[in-house]
Amino acid sequence: MPVPVPGFLSQTAVRGTVYGTLLNHRDALAALGDAVHQPPYKAPPRAPVLYIKPRNTWVGDGDAVHVPAGVDALEIGATLGLVIGRTACRVSAGQALSHLAGYAIVVDISVPHGSFYRPSLRFKARDTFCPIGPVVPADRLLDPDALGIEVAIDGSLAHRAGTAGLVRSCARLLADVSEFMTLFPGDVLSVGVAAGAPLARAGQRVRVSIGGLGRIENPLLAERAAA
Amino acid sequence: MKHARVAWAGAVHEAVEHPQGLKLADGRVLAEDQVVWLPPLQPGTILALGLNYAEHAKELAKELSAGTQDEPLVFLKSPGTLIGHRGFTRRPADAAFMHYECELAVVVGRSARNVRRADAMAHVAGYTVANDYAVRDYLENWYRPNLRVKNRDGGTVLGPWFVDAADVPDPHALALRTFVNGRLTQQGNTADMVNDIPALIEYLSAFMTLQPGDLILTGTPDGVVNVNVGDEVVTEIDGIGRLHNTLVGDDSFGR
Repeated sequence: MPVPVPGFLSQTAVRGTVYGTLLNHRDALAALGDAVHQPPYKAPPRAPVLYIKPRNTWVGDGDAVHVPAGVDALEIGATLGLVIGRTACRVSAGQALSHLAGYAIVVDISVPHGSFYRPSLRFKARDTFCPIGPVVPADRLLDPDALGIEVAIDGSLAHRAGTAGLVRSCARLLADVSEFMTLFPGDVLSVGVAAGAPLARAGQRVRVSIGGLGRIENPLLAERAAA
Repeated sequence: MKHARVAWAGAVHEAVEHPQGLKLADGRVLAEDQVVWLPPLQPGTILALGLNYAEHAKELAKELSAGTQDEPLVFLKSPGTLIGHRGFTRRPADAAFMHYECELAVVVGRSARNVRRADAMAHVAGYTVANDYAVRDYLENWYRPNLRVKNRDGGTVLGPWFVDAADVPDPHALALRTFVNGRLTQQGNTADMVNDIPALIEYLSAFMTLQPGDLILTGTPDGVVNVNVGDEVVTEIDGIGRLHNTLVGDDSFGR
């Protein structure tokens, strides 16, 4: 029943659900400091902090990301996506990576917001808010937990991070998620955005590169006024 | 018309309601308990409302640690959480409080972007019943309600029927009921939604394109109580359907 919408992504192997993980970088969690113990959170996260980027957010390499009217800049959350190739239900960390078809660059775009308590979908689920790169076969990547991730805005390096600082490694994360929620072929689980995600404005071009996965580039355009 | 998807005799079939139960597209007529019921559609994006009935919001008020509501509280689910009528849902042994939620589910029929309230209902294809279980013990204050609470395998029961919008004259005047082992535990009416269906379509389509097959679970009234292994839970909405589910323990899953 799902119908592709003109202008949206159709070129990758993504055909299931795109899950994102937050606060899975040690520095991203550390950046919150003592706030994790204060209301509204009251305690640091125990299970993986997950969210979903629905299909209306998906675009491909080169496609425009729309900056809504009244929003000054968007947060560019560059991350690694684990692309599922084989159904993963209650898998162990030791076996988790054997369930992957490959890896893809995922750019989790948000309207900047301060709270992780119950963020509105208006901040993360807008049309075009999730560029996803082509899938690189799993056997071409030796170690998903040691990849450099760079964001360049209009050609200048704006952020540098990597997958080396994950709270849960790629395999551990996949195992912990599959404990209560089966992941199916075509699903994507992104492993988390590092602290200090850069901001970009309408008119700028964002390029995300991950070692071994190449890069994708997307222009930011002001969203047309509602028809 | 009421439509279903069922498995029977080695294949998956589309079916419609029939006086003796249901009639497959190929003409065979079967009793309701002869078939395996699947969710009546394979949805695209699944959106769900939190606290969309005022009395339910009061009921849960003690565990809300931030913020008053200034816009609809919407979260997303994935298709793996769906199971059909007469299915079995796991109740984890370590949970003290797991509850059902009887909800009217709205199926989008036409692409919707920047749709105004007055035009919204033309984008609805039809309706079904959802029982959106939550395991409250797993609630954390990060990206509420977290997926471990609301998006567990088999934790969202859907069906039995997909009912065409044309057959539901007023979706905002439907009584909802939940029975646990035959005892009435939850009662409400879709008239009491805080944000009604046109409001939800207007709100969502202002920032995201709704597409045919997307599903909106419109929230539950008050009256949620803990359920236990072995309980049979029936969530019912007048004119839409009566949805059965049974809770099973960890042992069924080799845990």
